[in-house]
Amino acid sequence: MSGLDTLLQVRELRTVIESPLGAVRAVDSVSFDIRAGETFALVGESGCGKSLTALSLLRLLPDAARIDAGQVLLDGEDVLSLPEWRMREVRGARMAIVFQEPGTSLNPVLTVADQLIEVLQRHGAANGDPLGHARALLEQVGIPDAQRRLHEYPFQLSGGMKQRVMIAMALAAAPALLVADEPTTALDVTIQSQVLELLRRLQLERGMALLLITHDLAVVSEMAQQVAVMYAGQIVELAPRARFFSAPAHPYSQRLFAALPGGGEGRGRPLATIPGSVPALAQPFRGCRFAERCDRVRDVCRVRVPELIDVGDATRVRCHLYAPGQVPAAQPPTDAAAASVPADAPAGAARDEALLEVQGLRVHFPIRRGLFKRVVGHVRAVDEIDLRIASHRTLALVGESGCGKSTVGRGILQLLRPDGGRVLFQGEDLAAMPTGQLRTRRRHIQIIFQDPYASLNPRMRVRDLIAEGIDALEVVAEQTQCDPRIDAILAQVGLDAGMKWRYPHEFSGGQRQRIAIARALAVDPRLIVCDEPTSALDVSVQAQILNLLKELQSRLGLAYLFITHNIAVVEYLAHDVAVMYLGRIVERGRVEDVLGGPAHPYTQALLSAVPTLDPARRTQIIRLQGELPSPVNPPAGCHFHPRCPAASERCRIEYPQARTLPDGQVVHCHLYP
Amino acid sequence: MPFKPVILWTDALIFLLVAAIAALAWTVRRDEHLRAPWAKVARSRSGMCALVVLTAFVVTGLLDSLHYRPRLEGTGGAVNYGAEVRSAFDALADGLRTRTERTYSAPLATHAFSRESIERAHGTQAREYPRLRHGGAHLEDPHGERWPDVGRKTLAGAGLALALWTVLAMLLAALLAMRHREGIDGALSDLVHGCTEVPWRAMLLTAGALLAVAGPVWVLAGSYHVLGTDKVGQDILYQTLKSIRTGLVIGTLTTLVMLPFAVILGLMAGYFRGWIDDLVQYVYTTLSSIPGVLLIASAVLLTQVWMDNRPELFETVSERADVRLLFLCLILGITGWTGLCRLLRGEALKLREADYVQAARAFGVRDARILTRHLLPNVMHIVLIAAVMDFSGLVLAEAVLSYIGVGVDPSMISFGTMINNARLELAREPMVWWSLAAAFLFMFVLVLAANLFSDAVRDAFDPRMRSSWALPAALRPAQRLRAGSA
Ligand SMILES: Nc1ncnc2c1ncn2[C@@H]1O[C@H](COP(=O)(O)OP(=O)(O)O)[C@@H](O)[C@H]1O
Ligand code: SF4
Ligand code: SF4
Ligand SMILES: [Mg+2]
Repeated sequence: MSGLDTLLQVRELRTVIESPLGAVRAVDSVSFDIRAGETFALVGESGCGKSLTALSLLRLLPDAARIDAGQVLLDGEDVLSLPEWRMREVRGARMAIVFQEPGTSLNPVLTVADQLIEVLQRHGAANGDPLGHARALLEQVGIPDAQRRLHEYPFQLSGGMKQRVMIAMALAAAPALLVADEPTTALDVTIQSQVLELLRRLQLERGMALLLITHDLAVVSEMAQQVAVMYAGQIVELAPRARFFSAPAHPYSQRLFAALPGGGEGRGRPLATIPGSVPALAQPFRGCRFAERCDRVRDVCRVRVPELIDVGDATRVRCHLYAPGQVPAAQPPTDAAAASVPADAPAGAARDEALLEVQGLRVHFPIRRGLFKRVVGHVRAVDEIDLRIASHRTLALVGESGCGKSTVGRGILQLLRPDGGRVLFQGEDLAAMPTGQLRTRRRHIQIIFQDPYASLNPRMRVRDLIAEGIDALEVVAEQTQCDPRIDAILAQVGLDAGMKWRYPHEFSGGQRQRIAIARALAVDPRLIVCDEPTSALDVSVQAQILNLLKELQSRLGLAYLFITHNIAVVEYLAHDVAVMYLGRIVERGRVEDVLGGPAHPYTQALLSAVPTLDPARRTQIIRLQGELPSPVNPPAGCHFHPRCPAASERCRIEYPQARTLPDGQVVHCHLYP
Repeated sequence: MPFKPVILWTDALIFLLVAAIAALAWTVRRDEHLRAPWAKVARSRSGMCALVVLTAFVVTGLLDSLHYRPRLEGTGGAVNYGAEVRSAFDALADGLRTRTERTYSAPLATHAFSRESIERAHGTQAREYPRLRHGGAHLEDPHGERWPDVGRKTLAGAGLALALWTVLAMLLAALLAMRHREGIDGALSDLVHGCTEVPWRAMLLTAGALLAVAGPVWVLAGSYHVLGTDKVGQDILYQTLKSIRTGLVIGTLTTLVMLPFAVILGLMAGYFRGWIDDLVQYVYTTLSSIPGVLLIASAVLLTQVWMDNRPELFETVSERADVRLLFLCLILGITGWTGLCRLLRGEALKLREADYVQAARAFGVRDARILTRHLLPNVMHIVLIAAVMDFSGLVLAEAVLSYIGVGVDPSMISFGTMINNARLELAREPMVWWSLAAAFLFMFVLVLAANLFSDAVRDAFDPRMRSSWALPAALRPAQRLRAGSA
């Protein structure tokens, strides 16, 4: 494949990390080619070595890591053998990198212009007017009002803007290859679609190659020409996009697809999961690294290391199934666990009795300034919202970050006392309840958080974590009943009773999330607020947690308020959905109705921005102008009017009251009579 | 009984502290979660070498904290005890304490530092350097014999040190062999090649270096003043060794006084916010905007006046000096808690929003419990780091305060009082340099060791360093990218 137009050739790259347990082979014999102007996607779950591969290419490894073997040929020149001072010229000028976290990659004490000009001068790319050049770069990456933004500091920019500035810096010296390591993972879907579009456009304009690292198959499907799947430090499949998405070859790739919610097969089906976890890389491998988790493992897999095998269509797979003489690989078998997860709860029955009814909920955070902490304004995080959840059902609350979703959850739980409105749980208003009385109601509503690493006190054993709620709410009459109960609940979430003596840091992300669920279940709640419980998890683990939540719901009759920004998860799990924008609900209704026929212009834009696997379902992206306004002084009238493509004069003045459409959707928009 | 034990206030607190540390070590040993960072400290080479040096200082200080009053001889039936409080260290170094000269003498000198008028046998007067009463008194011809004698004694001391060191090394090897259930030669070879997890070899070498200094000094001190004598003829080596206890007391007890204020107020301010926060912030802003030295000086002078008016409270001079030392610790603690408090308040502000605290609140867990179970354990590393980092600062602060006369009691030997006395000596011609140099050297070694050890502790406990694995991989390379451009 080393044709003339091959820009980057990676040959048998091996990167090891020194750790107390021995040398970890985080990148092991990785080889691939990237042609000029092409987008090459590297996918895989976290920890499989994607980022280290990228850092190795630029020789930006952390101190503990070193490149052990291999070649990285850029235009035929091995960058691994260059002295550091030459490498510094290659970085930026010929290969540039953009990182995941836009917030931490910019220097907080320098203005945008300072940082851009610095890069320009380093590569001798600055012409007579560096400021003008910097502005031109900002305009290229689609930053409106570039002249003003030049003199701002990173903290004055939103996440999407920062990522654009990072891209502008990476592009300053017109590199031939841009490495983007999860460039949109920290961003909202609407911003993500803008950044992806920007990357696509820049690539076309400049004929630049793009190495896109991501865990999101939908993003790959929209962006890439070539796909490489990494697992445990190795590339297990290399294929052109079309072939990869129509017929993934490696068992791991196949399972990844099956674990995705919203694959179109409908919601009754439980998601396929991949049992176990990525093996420790400090050991020498005698067989296939995926063997422990593979559903098609054979004897040979455990004793012989599979090589990359060419299977035609420019596709190569590291799997014994494709070895010459083997029976050709069949389609993945249907999931054996299919029968064990029950179908949806009966819909009609419980519909009408609301378990929780939120009316006009308002949470405002005062902004204090000056010596005497005078209140100078309010952040209107949640502004007059209405919600309704019946038992046995799931209400999804979707919206971009910063729109107030989590605050709604905290307001319902009375972790934040609302400034107005009522939170009726089984007819009783929690918001008006004194603290002492509230404590007795606490056991009915519980919460699960997004980050399983932050939601468990690292200094407490699992047993104590779970017992905390049981003790505080006096769930069991006697102390002796506490431990049997903990064991039973751990079993319910699929953990061993013996694990209760361990500390959280000994568990993987998915297991921790199970512990967090067990902690909530320990007090027999009726409603659980799930605040993005799967966003920090990999797809295969996400599938396990979603299955578990669904199973618990049908078994225990739980109601969920499911806060998320992942539309595919909503489609899979929820019965009803409410869309939030800037502290207000703009549309709510049944999932089929809202996702199938969004009525509000914001919902329409949001849904169109969601990347999808299926090219047929891809619609024209509705681009929103501008950024999410600040909730300190939201726009008058309809909050959405500055960005709404259909805004009229009336929208600027009058806040649209709720309107009910014929099929039961409730919309706040003047377009509907 | 040949003596009467005396427990001074600071002795009691010091031994309380030792007991607390022992208890803490016991719990840490049994809990692998707590043990992990300490194991990391134990792997740090500089940290453990510093610990060896610190141990030597601490042992001296502890010996110097076992106080008693000796029984007076020859008083017939009634048992009387001397007015002077001595310590176990004094008993060990009795020679150093009692062999005083008339006035200044240089290190290892045999003659006084200045000329004196001496009456000759035939009535004439001469001005010459008189022989010292003790320093080199055993020599017939000091001019010819002194240096060979010093050399011999140094060698003897070095031999002694070597013997001790070998015993130490063998003991250690035996211990390691027992622990790892292997032969003693295996353990020895591990030790020699430095392939043990805890850097035993480096620690052993440090101990060797200490012994190599201490051995010769020990032998020489029997017949010379190794570091000279001061104005009243007291041995400087004795003074510097006595200063160690004062420094340690100031460095540790002050922290002990300060911690409750800082921890309780800081956590409460951050967790409860509202008026509690306003109050705490008001107090520490006010406190920290008054110049510390002024506050300390006025407080010390007040206690001074108070103690002068109540001489009946103190049986001995030492008790009086000791109470003043304790007051100094209290005052330094009260003025010094604001920094840590501010730090803990910030941390508590962050932790109160942590998901696990929110989850506990969702269970209706009471505030006191959240504070003790969720907040306190998660800020302990900051407290620990602050305590070890503050130590050396406090040792230095004592020196400065005593120098300007608001530190410890003038009768109490400390680095500060030694330096204060040296003020005039430096102005003499020829200069008397050894007392200042000795105080400086000991203080420097103590502070350096403390700093190295606290660095190791901070590296092991600082969660930011520890989580560099979990940090977005982006952070570090991005910084390096920029660093490359600078
Ligand atoms: N600074 C580091 N020190 C030690 N191990 C690291 C470091 N960075 C990454 N690793 C390890 O290297 C492996 C690959 O990590 P990474 O390339 O970040 O994976 P990915 O980008 O696919 O999520 C993981 O096992 C990870 O724990
Ligand atoms: S080699 Fe074997 S274990 Fe590995 S992926 Fe293929 S079938 Fe599964
Ligand atoms: S009310 Fe007006 S501005 Fe708001 S969404 Fe509807 S059309 Fe757009
Ligand atoms: Mg990564």
